Amino acid sequence: MSAISPLRVRRLLRKELRQMFRDPRMKRIVFIAPVIQLVAFGYAVNTDIRDTKTFVIDHDRSAASRELLEVVEATGYFRIAGRSERPADLVRALDYGKAEVGIEIPAGFSRDLASGRGARLQVILDGTNSNTATVAQGYLTYIVQGFARGRAAAAGALPSGGVDARVRAWYNPDLESRVYNVPGVIGMLILLMSLLLTSMSVVREREMGTLDQLTVSPLSAAELMLGKTLPATLVAFIDLFLVTALAILWFHVPMRGSFLDLLPAALLYILCGLAFGLLISSVSRTQQEAFMTMFLVLLPAIILSGFFYPISSMPEIFQWITVLNPVRHFLEIVRAIFLKGAGIADLWVQYAALTVMATGAMSLAIVRFRRSMAM
Amino acid sequence: MPEAVRVNELTRKFGDFTAVDRVSFVVERGEIFGFLGPNGAGKTTTIKMLTGLLRPTSGSARVAGFDVGREIDQVKLNIGYMSQLFSLYHDLTVLENIQLFAGLYGVGNDRFADRRDWVLEMAQLAGHQDRLTGELPLGVKQRLALGCAVLHEPPILFLDEPTSGVDPISRRNFWDLIYGFAASGTTVFVSTHYMEEAEYCHRVAVMNRGRIIALDRPRSLKAAIQEPVLEVTTAAAPRALEVLRDAPGVIEVTMFGRAVHAMVEDQAAAERQIPEILAAAGHSVESIRPIEPSLEDVFVSFVHRSGGTLAE
Repeated sequence: MSAISPLRVRRLLRKELRQMFRDPRMKRIVFIAPVIQLVAFGYAVNTDIRDTKTFVIDHDRSAASRELLEVVEATGYFRIAGRSERPADLVRALDYGKAEVGIEIPAGFSRDLASGRGARLQVILDGTNSNTATVAQGYLTYIVQGFARGRAAAAGALPSGGVDARVRAWYNPDLESRVYNVPGVIGMLILLMSLLLTSMSVVREREMGTLDQLTVSPLSAAELMLGKTLPATLVAFIDLFLVTALAILWFHVPMRGSFLDLLPAALLYILCGLAFGLLISSVSRTQQEAFMTMFLVLLPAIILSGFFYPISSMPEIFQWITVLNPVRHFLEIVRAIFLKGAGIADLWVQYAALTVMATGAMSLAIVRFRRSMAM
Repeated sequence: MPEAVRVNELTRKFGDFTAVDRVSFVVERGEIFGFLGPNGAGKTTTIKMLTGLLRPTSGSARVAGFDVGREIDQVKLNIGYMSQLFSLYHDLTVLENIQLFAGLYGVGNDRFADRRDWVLEMAQLAGHQDRLTGELPLGVKQRLALGCAVLHEPPILFLDEPTSGVDPISRRNFWDLIYGFAASGTTVFVSTHYMEEAEYCHRVAVMNRGRIIALDRPRSLKAAIQEPVLEVTTAAAPRALEVLRDAPGVIEVTMFGRAVHAMVEDQAAAERQIPEILAAAGHSVESIRPIEPSLEDVFVSFVHRSGGTLAE
């Protein structure tokens, strides 16, 4: 194999960058799409609940029941959307989606509360959206318990023997899903960019016939790989800076660790993306084929990364599979650096895993790519 | 000095299909060597093996004295290649394409300005170097592609159906360029399915179904035809062709402009029978006369002689 010629690589790089920045569609993909995704995940994909429509049946109609409902509404998590005395109205409200939560306060609620024996009330949840239902249930339980404690203390009664749990969430005290989601978007975007740019650019040349023109020239497979992967690396890093800046300045995601610790992880992670991109491009004949293959890789990689669904609640076999997923390790690193202020020393397991995967995937890609070039 | 190209029993299979079947030939330096045959005859596959784009299944080939299997890096330094796709980057300007290919072929800064000006002039693009390549007319694009393929002044040039889809005037101009290269000592290896283009070559290899069925100078190929060829003019040539296709004593019929060329077994008998057969089918013959065979007739004759049928 001949040595790598700086002239050839330089000219190829210049050509790649020109093509990339001349194509308006490419510019949108590279610079606008990340911002849109970040905003979408920062604002729209919000797993917190707010102003949840609540229907109330108050059989007690006492000062205590009114006070409880005021407290519930004052939290901002619930908004009372309707009241009635007939339980059938509650059922209808849930059926027609006019309410997602129903609270039924039985007659004698205030009497039971005052007696200290403990009062009961019924909560009915629309379980269609299990996420909202679970969160609403948790908040309601928390609010009602707090209310009961407050009443008991005001009445001068001794605290009951029940467990008084005071929950504090570390690293994200307000449990804002945005703080958790936005660093995750960084991982997703970088993967998308490095995969997309490499897989598409090689296949496009194959489709246009220009790959043959490059193959008959003295350009070696190694030089062509450099020419294809360096621009993608550059774009992935530009997106990393762009999205990190937005996350910190716009979404106020705390950056407790060091950005410098993030860079080596990003490089290893990008190498994984480039390697898979090259593999896809060496097995695909058309851009469409490459695009479909890319999504077949991308979707499971994201679903099995802990981005949307916690890994700890996956079946055990899938938990093992996620160990082989670079996205999982990178997300752990990003979140730990952003939210916990962790450094390389704390995260050496994840860095090591990424190093192994990047090396392995790249070696495989080089072998496969060279073979597909040589026919 | 070795020959420009020496091919020995070269074969390429795709699964069960043999695209190129034990082909052997030699191309001398400075020669314009034509590869003639219908689509699917194996011309492109052969050129791809000679330029390192495909690996031969068996057999061997040397280009500029280097083995295409083991010494492909040296082969690449000695050849220029242009295909029917005119593989330029449409989203780059004329100058950017020239810069890229100059860089790939190691044309350094000392030679670049000269070569760039030469290509711009040859492609008639002086003053248009900042235009996007995709906006150029096909004929101009084709000349630019040729220019980019010879920026490094290769001793051997491979052209794979370089003129397909281009108008006749552009084709004529393109062949003037090819003559120019050959005159300055470049070996030109060109494939085509236009018969009249093959007449411009020094020697022609006729290919059908993966095999070379004839190889000689165009004039000698025509002289080697034993079967007489008659030109038949009627009012409705396509229908007359259908009638004559299965007529006794007729070997092969082809359309030639508004006339029908019929290759026959016996000239005197055919001159008598053909008007009768056509008259019976309701066609009157305007003229019938023996002609000198064209390369197309040569092709038909050699396919017939090798006992085969046309590819496609």
